[in-house]
Amino acid sequence: MALWIGSLEQGLLFGIMAIGVYLTFRVLSFPDLTVDGSFALGGAVAASLVVAGVSGWAAAAVAALAGAGAGLITGLLHTKGKINGLLSGILTMIALYSVNLRVMGRANVSLLNEKTIKTELEAWAQAAGVDRHVVFGVMFFLLLFAVKLAVDWFLRTDLGTAVRATGDNPAMIRSFGVDTDGTILLGLILSNALVGLSGGLIAQYQGYADVQMGIGMIIVGLASVIIGEVLIGAQTIFRATLAAAAGAVAYRFVIAAALRLNVDPNDLKLLTALIVVVALVVPPILEKRRLQRRLDAEDADAVFGDDRRQAAADRAGAGAGPKAEGRVRPAEKGGEGG
Amino acid sequence: MTGGLWLERVSKTFHPGTSNARRALKDVTLSIAPGEFVILIGSNGAGKSTLMNAIAGRIPVDRGRIVLDGVDITRWPEHRRAALIGRVFQDPMMGTAPSLSIAENMALAYRRGRRRVLRSFIGAKERALYREALATLELGLEARLETKVGTLSGGERQALSLLMATFVEPKLLLLDEHTAALDPKRAELVLRLTEKIVREKRLTTLMITHNMAHALRMGDRLLMMHAGEIVLDLSAEEKAQMEIDDLLRAFERVRGETFVDDRLVFSQLEGKDHAP
Repeated sequence: MALWIGSLEQGLLFGIMAIGVYLTFRVLSFPDLTVDGSFALGGAVAASLVVAGVSGWAAAAVAALAGAGAGLITGLLHTKGKINGLLSGILTMIALYSVNLRVMGRANVSLLNEKTIKTELEAWAQAAGVDRHVVFGVMFFLLLFAVKLAVDWFLRTDLGTAVRATGDNPAMIRSFGVDTDGTILLGLILSNALVGLSGGLIAQYQGYADVQMGIGMIIVGLASVIIGEVLIGAQTIFRATLAAAAGAVAYRFVIAAALRLNVDPNDLKLLTALIVVVALVVPPILEKRRLQRRLDAEDADAVFGDDRRQAAADRAGAGAGPKAEGRVRPAEKGGEGG
Repeated sequence: MTGGLWLERVSKTFHPGTSNARRALKDVTLSIAPGEFVILIGSNGAGKSTLMNAIAGRIPVDRGRIVLDGVDITRWPEHRRAALIGRVFQDPMMGTAPSLSIAENMALAYRRGRRRVLRSFIGAKERALYREALATLELGLEARLETKVGTLSGGERQALSLLMATFVEPKLLLLDEHTAALDPKRAELVLRLTEKIVREKRLTTLMITHNMAHALRMGDRLLMMHAGEIVLDLSAEEKAQMEIDDLLRAFERVRGETFVDDRLVFSQLEGKDHAP
């Protein structure tokens, strides 16, 4: 049970990161690998500040600012430095590894016996006489939902719509007077601010920050976004951000289930990568099949009348590849000629 | 010089200093009066699209000046010029944002050239405005404000692009073969809308077409480009005298001349090669 409760609580905090990844990956169509670095940066900054005596909430806020800075750098490399987007993110991520070590002064900062958000909430729970997991659950949920609603609101403003249009059709939105460099920068800053915030919260929740804590985070984020889309859909902004948040929780449950089934923890990253591959590859194939079946049915309807089912089945069996078509076409032509 | 468009000795060379160097625009000087509807024709590679991209700021020019509505915009970046210039592209997918709704696309167009701020979007008054404008297209789009633009047909998207490009009256409207990708019926519809909008709003317009019939039928003036230069400039009266055949002959004559030119160049080159 503790495993599932822990997964839920972690998932809610990781949900903030997933919404950040949604902003770049889906809204801007920009696969931003900064995430691995900015998540650990958030953790490093928050942990160092907490150790220095800063309150946990203030430390998390500064972690968000640090993440925003990381996003700004990736954005500048891409828009002003004209470096490929993927590479811009990788460069920032690699650079941040050193920065994070500098921030912490070593590879790992423990928050044991420090005053963090977690200990604060625990004190609260004790004073009120409630189970601490109830307080964690409610607080983290409210926090995640507030972030989600704020992002929803932003995406519906003039500026947010310009950001969405930038990911959708940059040439078009430039022709209406929007500087797409600016909207890309803004999207990256906001996204990485959320990622940094998430890192700062996770570090306090788990009680330490580690220079390795961001490794593979972008894939976790992608997995969350994609799992959420499968579960909830992304037809509206409200659903899309909800999907990213819920996907993060679902992802934690998948990992918990894997651990429960005695999957070697060392294999978890492999498992995560497989989930993302399957979630990216399978839905388009299913969609294509469905479309093909419908087209075949319509074709058969028009041409073969009562034999339509048989015909549709035959065609589906032949596979709709270009080769198959090539074989069919000349025969049809010959028939017409005769 | 007030209003309209004024190009002064505009030049552009692609890949300068390499063996692929190509002079796409050669000292093009052109004046378009306010409210004038100009048709631009020319074979592939004549420099039509380069000229349009230079005016829109998609590509920087090497030399020359571009003045629009009395303002020198030669050094302005593309997004800044967009405050003054409306554009419709050849590809119907280019002029709209597919995953945004019709209302959101209209709202983007409505805010052309204005600062995008953190203001919540689209009130009821604006919606009414969009519905009214969309109704003029006579495609029933006014009843589908929440429909995602990606689900519209090519013709519908292009009609919407045209409406969006002219929604906030631009100082100059650039139409880059905006009906070339449509079937004849849809192309006819979009051309009819073009004629209507350009005339009603008296827009200064430059339209590229490959269709000679459209070129003769539409506009107040006809320009022909070849090899980076404007080689023919017909007024409305001169245009009215011409048939499609005359236009095609003019085309061939222009090509023939450069063919002779090319031969001359080649013989000179050979002469040089053999000289030493």
